[in-house]
Amino acid sequence: MSAFAQTQLKETFVINLGPQHPATHGVLRVKLVMDGEYIVEAEPVLGYIHRMHEKMGENRTWAQFMPNTGRMDYLHALAYNHGYVAVVERAAGIEVPERAEYIRVITAELNRISSHLLWFGAFVLDLGGFTPLLYAFDDREQILDLLESVTGSRLTYSYFRFGGVYNDIDENFVPGALAFIKRLRERLPMYHALVTKNIILRKRLEDIGFITPEMCRKYGATGPVARGSGIDFDVRRHEPYSIYPELNFDVPVYPKGDSMARYMVRMDEIEQSMRIVEQAIAKLPAGPVMAEKVPKILKPAKGDYYHAVETARGSFGIRVVSDGTNTPYRLKLRSPTFSNLSLFGEACQGMLLPDALALMGSLDLVIPEIDR
Amino acid sequence: MSVHPEVFRLLLFLVGFIAFAALNAAYLVWLERKEAGHIQRRIGPKEVGWFGLLQPLADGIKLMTKQLIVPAGVDPVLFRIAPILVMIPAIMGFVTIPFSETLVARNIDVGLLLVFAFASVNVLGLLLGAWGSRNKYAVISAARVVSQNVAYEIPMLVTVVTLVMVSGTMNLTKIVGQQMGGFWHWNFFNLTASPLMPVAFLIFFVCMLAETNRAPFDMAEAESELIAGAFTEYPGMGFGVFFMAEYANIVIGCSMATILFLGGWGCPFGLYPGLHWFLLKMYFLIFTVIWIRWTYPRTTFYGLLNLSWKILIPISFVNLLLTSAMLKVF
Amino acid sequence: MIGYLREICSGTWSLFVGLGITIKYFFQPVVTVQYPREVLPMTPRFRGHIELVRDPETGGDKCIVCGMCQKTCPSNCIIVEGEKVEGAKKKALTRYTLDFTKCSLCGLCVEVCPADAITFSKDYNLAGLRREAYVFDLKKRLEERNG
Repeated sequence: MSAFAQTQLKETFVINLGPQHPATHGVLRVKLVMDGEYIVEAEPVLGYIHRMHEKMGENRTWAQFMPNTGRMDYLHALAYNHGYVAVVERAAGIEVPERAEYIRVITAELNRISSHLLWFGAFVLDLGGFTPLLYAFDDREQILDLLESVTGSRLTYSYFRFGGVYNDIDENFVPGALAFIKRLRERLPMYHALVTKNIILRKRLEDIGFITPEMCRKYGATGPVARGSGIDFDVRRHEPYSIYPELNFDVPVYPKGDSMARYMVRMDEIEQSMRIVEQAIAKLPAGPVMAEKVPKILKPAKGDYYHAVETARGSFGIRVVSDGTNTPYRLKLRSPTFSNLSLFGEACQGMLLPDALALMGSLDLVIPEIDR
Repeated sequence: MSVHPEVFRLLLFLVGFIAFAALNAAYLVWLERKEAGHIQRRIGPKEVGWFGLLQPLADGIKLMTKQLIVPAGVDPVLFRIAPILVMIPAIMGFVTIPFSETLVARNIDVGLLLVFAFASVNVLGLLLGAWGSRNKYAVISAARVVSQNVAYEIPMLVTVVTLVMVSGTMNLTKIVGQQMGGFWHWNFFNLTASPLMPVAFLIFFVCMLAETNRAPFDMAEAESELIAGAFTEYPGMGFGVFFMAEYANIVIGCSMATILFLGGWGCPFGLYPGLHWFLLKMYFLIFTVIWIRWTYPRTTFYGLLNLSWKILIPISFVNLLLTSAMLKVF
Repeated sequence: MIGYLREICSGTWSLFVGLGITIKYFFQPVVTVQYPREVLPMTPRFRGHIELVRDPETGGDKCIVCGMCQKTCPSNCIIVEGEKVEGAKKKALTRYTLDFTKCSLCGLCVEVCPADAITFSKDYNLAGLRREAYVFDLKKRLEERNG
């Protein structure tokens, strides 16, 4: 908290950063108590898009919950698909064939790149630069076309199934993905020259919006928010799942903790995801894409199961309690953005309003995921 | 009783300026949308008329048919007078600008001073309008605009003073006259007067962007305290008038940059000087203003003021000292 | 002092580099497709609303009215009804209604159908004025497509 904000309490007024936003955050309401230009207190008010996914999980069979997983965080829907099928496979003891695992990782990493590209465009749009959004969407369109030719959907994928994936990749996917990676590798220096090195952007992001590692631990922030503050934790590296142990990639960690560090973490993650996709395509084995004996009506054994995956926003954890019937007894979804947003109230005290908005943009919020 | 031909001529010029400003306001919007479109790899408006050329007409009709809501509790005089107060200096600024050797309304010996005098008044209109709106966000935003304008007047005027020292006159026609005959005579390349002349042009250009509240310095219009800023309470054509005044100010600013630094109506190769070269250079500078808007993000308010007080003012003073030293020595 | 000047110079240079990039894209062709006048083809696996598949032998549908699609739909948007016909092994379909206002295009119905009787269509240009227009009678649509 800045010294200025500490000596106040003379005349504060309450401003409402209303549920309708000019940027792509979603429906988030933040009650700001401000003293002139400085924020004294910020309180996020959530729930405007609560759709009761967890309750829906209790009333649907295991297979019927699949579309819901794509609609929570629609920007990285395949990772949420992955988390759900992984926990149910762990519960029911289903073995996934290798080709299916590779296809899952390739498509999920491509989806991660598209999510980070959208974040990049929307973040710079918040700061007032309108053009990089459209350049990023041009690249993102290629990924969406690739994934559409494989899965049939462009945004809210419902592609994974228990024991594998819905259908195999078509013959254009591998050449298309390699061509896309080559093209994005050539475009990334352009993004860095246009945006990252731009003095105006640097002045807005460097040394603004500090988040300390203690704050991250206190609120349970994960993902690029924590990695931008120096905490080296990535679910793919520290609680490995699927075929990630066989792939060679770095986890970018920047110790500084300002908005620029979180920005650089995500830009480096795009490059690392491209590396993962290249390696996975090179090692893609032949074989079936669906496990052999998956029962039509799934009834996993009674018990309590948990699985976490690394999404673009952090560690998405999903806990199912099964009572042996064909519907879950309890389905708990641990949303990474909820924890990331919780530290906003503490991190933005004493900041100016435009800096706080830049901080919120760098947290990469997707409100439907917070509210589920 | 006969009308003095001079009055007739001035009236004609006045009508011409209003028409020029209005046409520019309309078609600079078209240029901006098309240019923004192509920078972003898409085409801009294309449906209304060929290449979207009738789009400004459609926008104008839309603005004019909107209901002019005057909110309750506003100051009746200030609210209504503010758009006019902003528009008048914008039109009057054209009076001494020479579009070509013969096309000038009044060729006054202090023409340069007059243009900048008029340019400073438009901030007053904005502040009065915001104050009269009885909207606290508008007042905050207008206060920011005032401090932004004051901060950027200083480097602009110091640079202009430097130029007056070099040219020895404030008469705009004579200033252009000294730059005729090819681009190496332009003040931009006049390195014998001061080696920092191109830097002076850049400073002038940046200050012109800030004076007209153009991106990347446009906190008054976009994102200011999350709402529309100083024009929040102005509906329809009231906003349209502010908008027209802003584009007229951009035209005046670019004309001044052309006259002072780029040789006015002179041809770069000394062949056929005339109005067409003036318009070409001016529209090239306007293209650059729009180009800059769509490339950069916005500065924060404090970044903006820091830029002016800590960077532009010291450099412009250094330029002033250097120029005076070189004039004394050579 | 030196740092101050260096920052000014590097900052100004970064601004010019940015301008260079945008002007380069200004002169390159547009990447957008002018939609109502130019239409892109949909990929073969594009998920539009479901359609009944035409059986080449009989010319009708392949549905055996098992009701699996109705049971497995998470949003309860399918209604299947059939009746027993003498002299035929499978039931005949009398009514197949899809309430597209609730469908989430998850594909569970297509996947679970034992007779491969339904598939995704390629329709995406569905604009209408009334909600009732989106309750599709798939049997009638099949008959209309048959001619």
